Order: sequence, then C-alpha cells, then structure tokens
Amino acid sequence: MPHFVIIGNSAAAVGAIEGFRRIDSDSKITLISDEPHHTYGRPLISYLLLGKTDRERMLYRPSDFYEKNGVDARLGVKAMKIDAKKKTVTLDSGEIVSYDKLLYGAGSSPFVPPMDGLDSVKRRYTFQTLDSALALGEALTELGGKTRVLIIGAGLIGLKCAEGIREKCASITFVDLADRVLPSILDEQASDIIKSACEDAGLSFHLGTSVAKFTESTAALATGESLEFDVLVLAVGVRPNTALLADAGVTVARGVVIDEFSRTSDPDIYAAGDCCEQKDVVTGQSRIMAVLPNAYMQGEAAGLNAAGAPVQFDKAFPLNAIGFFGKHVLSAGFYDGEEIAIIEGNNYKKFFVKDNRLRGFILIGSKHPEDGEIPAYERAGIITDLIRRATDLQTVDFTLLTQHPALAAFGQNVRREYLGEEH
Amino acid sequence: MKRVYVNENRCLGCHLCEYYCAFAATGQPDMSRALKGKKIRPRIHIEEVPNSDITFAVSCRHCVEPLCVKGCISGALTKTDGVISVDKDKCVSCYTCVLSCPYGCLVQSESGVVDKCQLCLQTAEGSPRCVDGCINAAIIYEER
Repeated sequence: MPHFVIIGNSAAAVGAIEGFRRIDSDSKITLISDEPHHTYGRPLISYLLLGKTDRERMLYRPSDFYEKNGVDARLGVKAMKIDAKKKTVTLDSGEIVSYDKLLYGAGSSPFVPPMDGLDSVKRRYTFQTLDSALALGEALTELGGKTRVLIIGAGLIGLKCAEGIREKCASITFVDLADRVLPSILDEQASDIIKSACEDAGLSFHLGTSVAKFTESTAALATGESLEFDVLVLAVGVRPNTALLADAGVTVARGVVIDEFSRTSDPDIYAAGDCCEQKDVVTGQSRIMAVLPNAYMQGEAAGLNAAGAPVQFDKAFPLNAIGFFGKHVLSAGFYDGEEIAIIEGNNYKKFFVKDNRLRGFILIGSKHPEDGEIPAYERAGIITDLIRRATDLQTVDFTLLTQHPALAAFGQNVRREYLGEEH
Repeated sequence: MKRVYVNENRCLGCHLCEYYCAFAATGQPDMSRALKGKKIRPRIHIEEVPNSDITFAVSCRHCVEPLCVKGCISGALTKTDGVISVDKDKCVSCYTCVLSCPYGCLVQSESGVVDKCQLCLQTAEGSPRCVDGCINAAIIYEER
C-alpha cells in the first residue's frame, strides 16, 4: 500500500485527502503542517476579527475530519527538506518520513520588502494566517479603540484586514505604491467604486507613494508627508513557498510548475494551491492563480491521481468573490479584449470579450440590494461558466446574460442537458 | 440517486413551484397565510425564454462534481448522500458559490447568507414540495 504524504493543511491538502479517499480507503495518509491548528478556512481570518465567524465555525472541515479519513495529522511540525531521490521528508524534529507519493501544498508567505527603519516598528503585523490574525486582534484589544492603524498595501489582504478590524480601531490609513486599490482584480472605474465605499467607512488612502522611512510610530512618505500610527500591518503581497521543492530539483518558475494532473516535474511529487502555477483556461499561459477553489481542485486532482485515478483539472482561472463595506465584488478571468460596460444604480458590470469568447468580468453590486433591485452578482456563475467552457458567444443570447444571467440564454439542447441530465 | 428534473414542454410558467418552495421554508400549515403580502425568496425559479412561450423551472442539480462545494471557502457547503446542503451558521456570505454554480442555483437569503434547495428532506413531507405542487408534472423527482 502506498504512503501518501501531504505537506500543508489548507484547501489543497483537504482536496487531496478527499480526492485520494474517493479511490483508496486503505492506504496511509500523513499530513505535515507547520500551523498547529485543525484545518480552517484561511480567507475567514478577516471574518473572525469582524465577529462574523468564530474559531469553531471557521473550521474548514469538521473536528473529526482527520480521524474519519484515516489521516495521521502532524500539526505544528515543519517540513525542512525533501529528498526526491530517497523519497523522504525531513521534519524539524529530525524525524525522516518516507513517501510513495507526495503532495506539496505549502501555500505562500507574506512578502515584506526592505523598508528603511522597519525594524524600529514594534507593533508590526502581517495578515495571512490564523495566528497572525489573532496576534493583530490581541494587539488591538490591548490598545483599545483609539488605535491608529497603518496598512501598507491596498490589495485583497489589506482591504479585507481593514474590514475585519474597522470597529476595533480609531482610524485606518493605507499606503500603496499603486495608484488605485485592488489593481489585481479591478479595472480603474471599479477601483474608484470600492475606494469610495472604503472612504465612506472612514478609511483613508495615500496612493502612488511609498514609505521612505519608519520610526517606531511614524511613517515618512516619499511625498514628504508624515503619518502617525500605533499598529502597522504589512500587506504588500505574497510569495509562493517553493524553496523545498526547488532545492529537491523540481521545476519551479514563479511557482511550482504543475500540469492538469497536478504533477510536478517529479513523477511522485504533486503540488497544489498558492505555491503553484498552472496553465489558465483563458490564455493558456502558466501562472499562479492563488484562490481557494483552484487550490481545492488542484489538490483533489493530485489526490485522485496519487491514488491511481487519472483525473484532470484543466479549468483553472482566477476568480474572486469578496465584499467590502456594503459592496460585493465578483470577478473572474482576464481583462483584455472589447469592453462591455453596464452601469445602473448600485450595479457595475464589465465584460471583456475577445474572438467571440468571454475572457473575464467584474460585477459589483450592493450587499443589501434595495427592494426590486437585482444585484449585479445574482446568478453570476452562469456567466463564469462561459469562461470555464470557452463558450462561443454566438451560440448564446449574450445580451440577455449581461442583463440577467439565465439559462434561457442558451439553446434548447443545452437547457435539456443542464436540467434533464445528471452532472 | 433521485434528482429534480424539469420538462419545459409541460411548464406553464405559473410560478406555483416558487410559492411551494417558499412555503416549505416557513414550516407553517397554510400557504396563503404564510406568504400573503410577503416577498418570497424561493430556491427554485421560473425562467422565460425571451420572445417565446417557453418557460421552465431551475433548481439545484445536486451535481456529482459540485463546484459550489469545492469552492466554498468556509466549509459551509457539503454533500452528504448525494444532497448538497448549506450550514448557514458557517456561511460568511462571500458568494464564491454564487460565482461558481453554472446553473445559478445559490440564492441570497434575507440575512445575506447563502440559501439553496435541499430537496425539502428536512421538512415533514421529506420530498421536494415544488414537485408535489406542480400541477402539470413539469418538475419531476426521480432516478435517471
């Protein structure tokens, strides 16, 4: 019986366990994670600080998950080295674990660029793990409601962090080198909408600039302004954790390179999640698409293949669903080609079309729509599926889909298949 | 496993299925008393093909490979014995499932958390009320 070893404990790892156990209920699974916690929904850390979930409810799988799936979960244990020839993993305790198949789902780590004086800031946090969120939450509780928070980076992590802690502090100020918020998932107009919603909630922004020098409680900006703060959050970006596999001789570009079976360049090592790059279904380019659904499905494919079932996951593309201060954003794909914009009331919709295919879209609606108002994100998955299937837009009523996503936009044969067959 | 299937040739677009769905969620004995004057949030909905007389009902397909469950960031969506259900206490209303479902079958409840068809298995009747209430057999619950 093969021994399946998993490094990591988030969506990729859980996908791998569930995929593997669909095929193989007997073989041994060992999971190694440097985080000492039961698997939790990583994107939920902002909701935890917000009070919208708690430690128990944010568990990604029930508390008996490892036991029920026959997983030897080694939590709080760090993998230090992978020997791809001997097929072993060396742990921080010195223990050596042998594997037949290995899944590497080590995720990513906060990227902290060198900044002058940063070491003099004592209350300095990142925001990516449960422990980092708990540490930030404790600091804010200890300091009380008068705390001024400075966040470096107005991307997904920084803005979600802000939403999580807004009620726990007096002010939140952002500094970002980019000239707009969330440039990775929004176009300029959409960035303005979200920035306005954040400003309405009391957040302030210094964009297109950076911190020239920190002292313990001040940040001198390149523009000459000086900002005072009590707590600093670094949310500049993340870097994939690839070192262990790179050192083991596995092919790494920006991320660990995987194919549609989640295989790396080593036949017995799979990789999945935020540490990986894979061909995206829209452009065919290999890239990191660090979102949870991709991580789960890459992990699931790895688990199925490790157990001997040659199942592909070849439908990776970026997709984000996220709320900010009363606005809700759903986005997918890439933003090139012809732009179709529909802006009405609280709704902002933008579609990107090229060669009769939908390449990407951005939908923003109110989280609490008014009576009779259909929010832009309602039934958005019908549109996402156009990207997933690379549907020829000449075969559907695309105008209807841009107005109100509906299966009525498809031909009768498609509707029969969708609603009259098993999926 | 048994699923809800629809036959658009038999659907009159009467929306009764939507009312039965909303009624099932109330747990009350009388439909008109339970729903009169209320805004309903059914988990099945009638679609109309523009410029035609074609109408049909759409509700959760309880997919074999459920993208909503696989993409759920909180673990609120699960599949047990072929039925996909949502734990509303765990849902944080991120709507990744809304963005993922190819059939548009995850809906926003009044509180904002996600709601969906759970085949009425939790109700006293234990079978889909939309099917029982469809007077034209345009919605069928069967094994195929």
